[in-house]
Amino acid sequence: MLAPLMAASWSELLAWSPPGWGATLIAGLGNTILIALGAYALGLFIGVLGAFGKLYGGPVTKDLLAIYTTLVRAVPELVLLLLITFAAKDAINAVLRANGFDTIDFSGVVAGIVVLGVVQGAYSTEVLRGAILSVPAGQIEAGRAMGMSPMKIAQRITLPLMTLAAVPGLANLWLTCTKDTALLAVIGFIELTKATSLAAGTTKSFLTFYLAAGALYLALSLVSGLVFGRIERWARRGQRTAGGGGI
Amino acid sequence: MKKIILTAIAAAALSTAAVAEPIKIGIAAEPYPPFASPDAAGAWVGWEVDFINAVCAAGAMECVITPVAWEGIIPSLTGGQIDAIMASMSITEERMKTIAFSDKYYNTPTVIVATKGGGMTPDAAGMTGKIIGVQVSTIHEAYAQKYFAATAAEIKTYQTTDEGFQDLIAGRVDASQADSIAVDAFMATDGGKACCEVIGAVADDAAILGQGVGVGLRQGEDDLKAKFNAAIAKVIADGTYDTLSKPYFASSIYGG
Repeated sequence: MLAPLMAASWSELLAWSPPGWGATLIAGLGNTILIALGAYALGLFIGVLGAFGKLYGGPVTKDLLAIYTTLVRAVPELVLLLLITFAAKDAINAVLRANGFDTIDFSGVVAGIVVLGVVQGAYSTEVLRGAILSVPAGQIEAGRAMGMSPMKIAQRITLPLMTLAAVPGLANLWLTCTKDTALLAVIGFIELTKATSLAAGTTKSFLTFYLAAGALYLALSLVSGLVFGRIERWARRGQRTAGGGGI
Repeated sequence: MKKIILTAIAAAALSTAAVAEPIKIGIAAEPYPPFASPDAAGAWVGWEVDFINAVCAAGAMECVITPVAWEGIIPSLTGGQIDAIMASMSITEERMKTIAFSDKYYNTPTVIVATKGGGMTPDAAGMTGKIIGVQVSTIHEAYAQKYFAATAAEIKTYQTTDEGFQDLIAGRVDASQADSIAVDAFMATDGGKACCEVIGAVADDAAILGQGVGVGLRQGEDDLKAKFNAAIAKVIADGTYDTLSKPYFASSIYGG
């Protein structure tokens, strides 16, 4: 039944409509981007709170955040993913059932965004903490001297000044994030890597499909590089240019 | 913030608690011809997919095919992500400790396929010093571990049967143990024809190889089990089983 496909050329295999697998791969890429964006946004949110908490929080906050960043950065993402998809879900549902609630169902998308977001959050916390520390103390003291509240200082001085120092590190994190989505293939979620392995396994054209997937990941990186280059130029507005930038 | 989180949790909970939900049938997210493989349009095709549709129609059940990773398929069932497993899963005593099974819907022999001219035989002595490939968490892995581990050089496990076959073509394993139908499909491919030959069926061990393939269900859900049993019996009795098998198999795979 599948025999005719095996002799097909790469252009037929990658054609957009069946019997080509182009649309399947692009749908997988769409899922990859969706999860990467979600996880990155969640990670940045955790990272901003975590960085300020680590620098300006009370002793308990600082200790808790230290445990979070140490644990999450120590345990492989794959282990965390399996832990959350299988173990954590059972535990959460057991608690919900015991309290008379309906159980919840983690889709692959939600599990992926939560796991990668929590991991990204730990790394973002450290990147942003470093960036905050690079803001000259004098600038913050000046803000205090003007009678600004801590929130105002963060909003008007720390965040704008730290952005430039944070962008290269955050660009790196984004790239890691797009590639970490491939881990979701393990739980059977059909993102780009899983779509590729299904296509390759079914047609036996391993080289064609894995090269195509590599090209798609590369394209994603190049486009991301352009975007981060723009962000960096924007963050550096009004300052001397030093070259570099992008990814 | 707390309110937002609670609302989100409530919304997620509500969305899964809708009335008359379709039954989510878990299949393994891997190409396993001729039982279930993805086609280029993203749909799943094969004998088992046709059989799932026939059973669901016979039992007037609304079913949704949900691909999950083979290794996580039992946790997915017990965790509620899926409601039934129809992924060529053999009924074994080991699995019955965690899940329940319907009546069997097919039963085919277990065979060993090996590289040509290796002089291997499907028994412990014939596997001496050889590397045997099997899919992880299958009856084949359990069988190979029990009978061949002592004499074979290595029992190599793969995430999918298909990957094991690819390594057989590549020469990284000397033999693969798998279901006879899956082996037939492999032997019909150019790669399979070129490298390998079927060296025969392994000696039966019902405790490990099980009593055929059934629908995996959560323990205690006897109503659903009765529904599946009735639907399977109906599909076999009214001839649908034979009709849908014809395009795939020369003879019936229902087995004894």
